[in-house]
Amino acid sequence: MDWEVIFRPESLALYGEGILTTLWLLVSSLVIGAVLAVLFALALTGPWKWLERLVGAYTFVIRGTPLLIQIYMIYYGLGQLEWIQARWDDVWPWTHFKDPAFCALLAFSLNTAGYTAEMLAGAIRETHAGEIESAQAFGMSRFQVMLRIVLPSAMRRTLPPYSNEVVMMLHSTSLASAVPGLLDVTAAASRIYSDFYLPFEAYLAAAAIYLCATFCLIGLFRLAERHFLAHLAPRRH
Amino acid sequence: MSDYYWSILNGALLTVAVSLAALAVSIVLGLMGAAAKLSGNKPLVGLATVYTTIIRGIPELVLMLLVFYGGSIGINTLLEMSGTGITLDIEPFSAGVLTLGFIYGAYMTETFRGAILSIPRGQFEAAAAFGMGPVQAFLRITLPQMVRYALPGFTNNWLVLIKATALISLIGLQEMTYLAKQASAATRSPFAFFLFTAALFLLYTWASLSALRWLHARYSLGTKRGEL
Repeated sequence: MDWEVIFRPESLALYGEGILTTLWLLVSSLVIGAVLAVLFALALTGPWKWLERLVGAYTFVIRGTPLLIQIYMIYYGLGQLEWIQARWDDVWPWTHFKDPAFCALLAFSLNTAGYTAEMLAGAIRETHAGEIESAQAFGMSRFQVMLRIVLPSAMRRTLPPYSNEVVMMLHSTSLASAVPGLLDVTAAASRIYSDFYLPFEAYLAAAAIYLCATFCLIGLFRLAERHFLAHLAPRRH
Repeated sequence: MSDYYWSILNGALLTVAVSLAALAVSIVLGLMGAAAKLSGNKPLVGLATVYTTIIRGIPELVLMLLVFYGGSIGINTLLEMSGTGITLDIEPFSAGVLTLGFIYGAYMTETFRGAILSIPRGQFEAAAAFGMGPVQAFLRITLPQMVRYALPGFTNNWLVLIKATALISLIGLQEMTYLAKQASAATRSPFAFFLFTAALFLLYTWASLSALRWLHARYSLGTKRGEL
């Protein structure tokens, strides 16, 4: 074991850059994914059958295929289409498809949106009939019931499964290393491995970083649950 | 062109083989982990808890790279120290099976533990009263009943495991993702090949979902369902 190489300033800087990339990918894909997920969940539980089928097919495909293939499809696959080739030199937004960071971010966002949408749709469907009836009795419109009653309560109840999804997403960002030109924590470890031929130390350090990040995320979610789900907690007296 | 599709279909067989082998490893580890967690023996419970906590906190890819690259160096250093002069290489297949089995064993541990806890205590007491030993009680009483409780969690784990096999392509196993990537590099038409591979994965997950649903119905025969 040769840990000195890992703790050299250059290596630490490499890991630091990796951590920043990983966190950036995680946070941005979660934000974009959450916005999409709310829209998709509304479509899944909404009155339009055709929209429900469409989004249902989307989540089925996203949840049934490996994320790695989705990344390859966006990064390598879309470049094959002539329609995009004709545009990606100058027409926005297609210019971004040459950028590996954008492609990875797009794949992650679409992926987490598929999983989160199904969770949220499940919570929306399970909303107590009484809550909705009393909202209607107050004379709220369909839109108001959704915005004021159903969504806030469904989002709170989605919090526990969503924490799993966030941890999964943190782990999924390691797939960014499969796209050339992106330096996340895993890619940083791979670079240190190939520079010094120290696979054990390099990947063990990466594993420790992910482990710490996972524990931090779980801790944050526990705090959030204590705050947002206090009304569902068991009585303490 | 069609040769590439055939080779990807061939690679699908390897995907099935690697996933089933990893599943077998994970079921064995899961049962052992669940037994350890329920044993009440402090060191065993601690060990199993460390196992499930750490494994579930590290990405599959990092563990796989650690086992594949680090493992072969580690084993060869050990062999060198023992002075036998043998060198051993971990090939991608066994590295993939071992890593995925080890990871999903941690998830299976939790699933099986929950399933065993869902069986009413009286069942075990009755088995003991009939004079069954622990092995007999497990095979005749626990196993048939825990299947029903374990299947929903098991199904989820299995579907995630299937999708995780695509990662083994990154350490060089020539399963369908790897072949699709090679085909797309050679022909410059990646979209079609990745679409084909995605469709095969979808078919595999869909087929397993149907099979496991049937199994769940089979193991739920004779159970009463409460009606609201």
